[in-house]
Amino acid sequence: MPLLALANLRKQFGTNRVLDDVSLDVEAGEVVAVIGRSGSGKTTLLRCINGLERIDAGSIHFEGKPLPLGGAALREARRHIGIVFQSLNLFPHHSVERNITLGPTVTNDVPLAQAKALALDALRQVDLEDKLHAYPAQLSGGQQQRVAIARALAMQPRLMLFDEITSALDPELVGEVVKVLERLAKSGMTMVLVTHEMGFARRTADTLVFMHKGRVWEKGPPRELFAAPKTRELESFIRAVLEPND
Amino acid sequence: MSRDFDWSAFLFLLGALRWTVVLSIIAFVGGGVGGLLLALMRTSPYRTLRWIASGYIGLLQGTPVLMQLFLAYYGLAVLTGLRIDPWPAVTLAFTLYAAAFLGEIWRGAIQAIPRQQWEAAAAIPLSPFAQLRHVILPQAMRIAIPPTVGFVVQLIKGTSIASIIGFVELTRAGQLIVNVTFQPMIVYPIIALLYFALCWPLSLLALRLERRIDAALGIGQPA
Repeated sequence: MPLLALANLRKQFGTNRVLDDVSLDVEAGEVVAVIGRSGSGKTTLLRCINGLERIDAGSIHFEGKPLPLGGAALREARRHIGIVFQSLNLFPHHSVERNITLGPTVTNDVPLAQAKALALDALRQVDLEDKLHAYPAQLSGGQQQRVAIARALAMQPRLMLFDEITSALDPELVGEVVKVLERLAKSGMTMVLVTHEMGFARRTADTLVFMHKGRVWEKGPPRELFAAPKTRELESFIRAVLEPND
Repeated sequence: MSRDFDWSAFLFLLGALRWTVVLSIIAFVGGGVGGLLLALMRTSPYRTLRWIASGYIGLLQGTPVLMQLFLAYYGLAVLTGLRIDPWPAVTLAFTLYAAAFLGEIWRGAIQAIPRQQWEAAAAIPLSPFAQLRHVILPQAMRIAIPPTVGFVVQLIKGTSIASIIGFVELTRAGQLIVNVTFQPMIVYPIIALLYFALCWPLSLLALRLERRIDAALGIGQPA
């Protein structure tokens, strides 16, 4: 049984069909990188997986159970599905530590002392244990995204979603975040990433998904897809991202 | 027979100033509770709640406080069938009035918090109440401090209208003193100064509060 099973998803905003018959299985421990042009439905796909957007047709099963539509049941499922967003959205009025302990203490009823230990542990995984008492405004964009990863990890999720988390960063800060992602992938975390970092996708992903016009256009091991794209769309996309100035 | 403005007259004004303060505090606290409720209704996902709240706010903001005061005064009298004291009427009127304005100020502050903050809170996954309590309201509060203090200053000065239905607060007390001393150019400047002494420190306090919060967040400081 796959950890996550998407079957025939459809999502439309008005008459605009953003997701069209999307099916995808993600096995436990698998790293799936989703690529595609902007507007191809990648971000919407991720947002549907943790219920931030409601699908119009199809089904989402997480650990064999259908993803609830909302309310407390959806929150229960979300405890196991972490997400990190493109925008820098740490809570600016809380310290790094409180950003991370908030979920465990409020949602999971973990005692504060134990939550603090979780926070420290999560910060170690992103190499930021020295920023425990800093506030988000005192951190660089790359550091903020790493704290956001730690915030999600402290919930001890079984699936992690990453929505273009390096896209809002200055180029020199991308590397430190990608390094953390690679380490996390090696640790066996199940991950679905929407990304524009083709080098990272090629090195780290088990499965590459190319989305086009709201559909899964091509899917397979990254090396194969990069070496021999079957469709013209993927071929031109790869050419465009690898040689952006031509 | 007239008498001069003397120490005892001044003490009389100070005594009445107390009622200006008490009325302002009640209106602010009661209006604060109502205003928070209205702000949450205005920003809730339920259309009916939004509709009720904006209707209330529109009505109260679109009518003069004086009318609201008269309505509360005569309305309470008609409803209870008694000739009522101005006290309950002025507290009711100013509380309802403050609720509308605070509700609108705080709605703006809540809506100024980026959608991404709600989503980040929903992702960890806080309940809607916990999202408000831990993430949205603390940030909205920072934004709301200056306009809230601005409104409280208006509220304090606005309570002078209560004098019209015979509620003896600072302004009404001043009129009474003027009636016996015939010295308006002594009495009214003193009253103006007393209002100023109430309102000015509030503005200063708000500024300090803002700076303290900014400092705690590590923002707004010169590099």
